[in-house]
Amino acid sequence: MTHTLADTRVAAARSNAHTAPRAYWNPYLAGVLLGLVLLATYAVTGRGLGATGAFGAIAAWLAGLFSPEHAATNLVHAKYWNDGLPLESWTLFLLIGAFVGALVSGVAGHRVKVTVERGPRVTDGQRLAIAFIGGFVAAYGAKIAKGCTSGQALTGGSILNVGSLVFMLAVFASAYGLAYFVRKEWL
Amino acid sequence: MFPLSSFHEFSTVANLAMAVALGFGFGFCLERAGFGSARKLTAVFYLYDMAVVKVMFSAIVTAMTGIYLLSAAGLLDVGELYLEPTNFAAQVIGGLVFGAGFIVGGYCPGTCVAAMATGRKDGLSFAFGMLAGVFAYAELTPGIDTWIKDTAQGAMTLPMITGIGAGWWTLAFIAFLAFAGWGMGRLETRFAGFRPRAA
Repeated sequence: MTHTLADTRVAAARSNAHTAPRAYWNPYLAGVLLGLVLLATYAVTGRGLGATGAFGAIAAWLAGLFSPEHAATNLVHAKYWNDGLPLESWTLFLLIGAFVGALVSGVAGHRVKVTVERGPRVTDGQRLAIAFIGGFVAAYGAKIAKGCTSGQALTGGSILNVGSLVFMLAVFASAYGLAYFVRKEWL
Repeated sequence: MFPLSSFHEFSTVANLAMAVALGFGFGFCLERAGFGSARKLTAVFYLYDMAVVKVMFSAIVTAMTGIYLLSAAGLLDVGELYLEPTNFAAQVIGGLVFGAGFIVGGYCPGTCVAAMATGRKDGLSFAFGMLAGVFAYAELTPGIDTWIKDTAQGAMTLPMITGIGAGWWTLAFIAFLAFAGWGMGRLETRFAGFRPRAA
């Protein structure tokens, strides 16, 4: 039995079809379904989605490992301290569910890959350092605004909360204004 | 009838189980939309792929429509929904800082979880940065929270401050989404040159 070049190509295309990342959903369809998740969250809890609170809960738990009194009395940690059980946080469990949901979706779509997302003009190491700084800055912004893309923009926006809509405009204004300066990281 | 939490006392376990279930849907949708990828997320700021705005806007409009319809049908008590107090100074400053973190870091607090789940090491790095930032805020500048509370303008929605009903606002947002959808399609064609050739 001889393998022709055409055979090899067909085989490669076949195996590719099994492993190549599948296309993402149409953004409007994904948005409608995300909106229904948000609606269900409102219908169940009356509070909508949020993500930053989970990080606040972990920070309070870490502070409590060193000094429970400090965690219980610090103005910010106290909000997440929950009488010594900061990890029993609704938002933290929401994000645990989100991790599993994203993993299932990623596996089904062949999109799970250990990699670093970056443009071709920065190194992996640079990108990891910049991502850490970006996370730090975003956390500070979310703490000042009392919410992030989930807690303010989506959750507040859908009930026409004026402050949330103002927050969303500020986020996009800032990111569009800075995009030119960090273009080497992405393009 | 809704929100359920206002009419029914859930145990801690039931509460956290619902959080995991709703979170599953949240993360699944984020990943399916492409939001586990920093390049897909930041593409919106270079105008060649507007998926972030399309997804966010249609999610907001969908939830807004659902809330309006459920409340009009007498099934949802809108007064029971939590309304974060407005504080224009804090929300503008916080938004500007957050936007900088978004374009520099490539993620936001929810999407970095979808990124971690699908193997993105930069998503993990972003999450550690977030944790450090939240920790630093609590330890170094807890006074900001006091300032935000003392200067807050209180609960404010568009229907409250304009006197125009939520139904009209919902229709206006749907109309704006349709118009914006057309405009975003034009932008994507115009700036297609920025799109990376290989993933």
